Amino acid sequence: MRMKKGWMALSLAGLMAVSACGGGGEETEEEASGSGEGSGEEAASGEGENEIAIDGSSTVFPIMEAVSEEYQAENPDIRAPIGVSGSGGGFERFIGGETDLSNASRDIEDEEVEQLEEAGIDYIELPLAYDGLSVVVSQENDFIDSLTVEELQTIFMDGEAETWSDVNSEWPDEPIERFSPGTDSGTFDYFVEEVLEDGDISRDAQLSEDDNVLVTGVQSNPNAIAYFGYAYYAENQDSLKIVPIDNGDGPIEPTEETINDGTYEPLSRPLFTYVKTESLQEEHILDYVNFTNENAGELALEVGYINLTDEEYEENAQMIEEAAADAE
Amino acid sequence: MALPEQDAATVADYPEVEDNSNEKKRQLKNKIFKGIFFGAVLFSLLMLLILLVRIFTQGIGFLNWEFMTSFASRNADEAGIQAAIVGTFWMMVVTAPVAFVLGVGTAVYLEEYAPTNKFTALIQMNISNLAGVPSIVFGLLGLTIFVRELSMGRSVLAGGLTMALLILPIIVVASQEAIRSVPSEMREASFGMGATKWQTMFRIIFPAALPGILTGNILALSRAIGETAPLIMIGALTYIAFLPDNVFSQFTVMPIQIFNWTSRPQEEFHFIAAAGIIVLLAMLLLMNSIAVWIRNKFQQRF
Repeated sequence: MRMKKGWMALSLAGLMAVSACGGGGEETEEEASGSGEGSGEEAASGEGENEIAIDGSSTVFPIMEAVSEEYQAENPDIRAPIGVSGSGGGFERFIGGETDLSNASRDIEDEEVEQLEEAGIDYIELPLAYDGLSVVVSQENDFIDSLTVEELQTIFMDGEAETWSDVNSEWPDEPIERFSPGTDSGTFDYFVEEVLEDGDISRDAQLSEDDNVLVTGVQSNPNAIAYFGYAYYAENQDSLKIVPIDNGDGPIEPTEETINDGTYEPLSRPLFTYVKTESLQEEHILDYVNFTNENAGELALEVGYINLTDEEYEENAQMIEEAAADAE
Repeated sequence: MALPEQDAATVADYPEVEDNSNEKKRQLKNKIFKGIFFGAVLFSLLMLLILLVRIFTQGIGFLNWEFMTSFASRNADEAGIQAAIVGTFWMMVVTAPVAFVLGVGTAVYLEEYAPTNKFTALIQMNISNLAGVPSIVFGLLGLTIFVRELSMGRSVLAGGLTMALLILPIIVVASQEAIRSVPSEMREASFGMGATKWQTMFRIIFPAALPGILTGNILALSRAIGETAPLIMIGALTYIAFLPDNVFSQFTVMPIQIFNWTSRPQEEFHFIAAAGIIVLLAMLLLMNSIAVWIRNKFQQRF
């Protein structure tokens, strides 16, 4: 009995040694890589000499992906990878000081501003492009030509309308099928804020985080209505019918011009990137931010968003310059 | 409709026979259930076929060497999956050894050494429970412990360790099954020859259980390859135009890249997403084939 226990202890020790070996292997690897490039940890958090840490909204992602692609083609030494943690998740990291640029498809919230102040992080807000939220119905829908903002509110607000005839007595007595982006998306937040005035969205609305699901949902259903980013409409023009929105000055359809010059409202929303002022001291980040500002408009158009006006980009440039000067 | 001859035979076999209508009912029931089970198989096969056909018809045209060796891009026809393939590979290099050592070690201890008491039962129960925990919870764990506490950053190492934890319960359970299925005669014979527990374990039980253990490991790794949620949680990147050069590099993996492409508005991105899925499927198929091959090869020894 005694002997058996002894062996047991020994075997356990052996097992431990095996796992320790495994762990040891990792450690040596750690050390090797650590001494290889200064500190591995620093490289990972994006504070390395040629790294830029960018995270945030998935809506802004295609623009920044294009920017990084172009920038790295010109400056192969610079590493500017982009994460997609969502606008909120991006700000969380921004507040934690982990990122240099934080992309957002909405304004920074008061709470987040407070937290940034507490953390002692100064930042500037750069609008990069517009996204025109497009309200669409199926091409089989023959009764809607345009909607006023009030009608849109009645359609999507919880407990207001059940059938199309509740909205307008000339419209059919058929139940409204609503499709909306999911609650995590900035698109949803913006719509609820601007159109529903922070009311609740209809409980019958079908929500999806994937806008392509909304497109499919509305395509063949004459009683369906949906809203989503302009790019998803632009890609599916053949199978969708756009609904011009009337905000008191007659119905206006979202197009590159109406979104760009601001006449398509209130559903044009700006897309931002927030830049940590301190990071602008680093030359490669300042250069990257300037590059972003100079090229965002053109690249935004390429990936399905709408550019800002030239004046707005000039204002941005000035803001960057001042912030960089302040930081020094 | 049952054949008359068959009816006759059945009746002859059972002298105290029930009346004929009952016989028909039983035969009918027999057929109905056969139909249901066959239908179940047919349905899943059909779904799989639809999925595969759709993915292959969409993606095969975009699958070429350039796709395998390019970084992601805003232009669908220039975009490639290289960073994601290499990232997945790097993650596996971390995940596989860690999960194997910890998982098999735990299984051996629980099966061969642990005393049968309440504490062991508690561990056992928790391992089974952990196998059912949603993967995003492991992502949160990885974010808190590896990324923040141990300040590994959003690195291959942090991702690999998180994945190792995720598949650990599966490996433990599979390895336990494998060890348990070694006939106790072998164990007893070894002890009877005067071998110690360690000798028995290392020379008899472990080799006999190895095919099962390896199969479990590889299948668990296949699961890790397809997981997205925990890695998004710990902040693996979506756009990355360089390859990891050590375990502290930032990285992306195939499911993240595919997910990003499918959510794009432009249809071409859906096609390259399909091409990405083909690459992922090929990788999984390869791994599963290796599992089968290992099982067959090692089994011949016993």
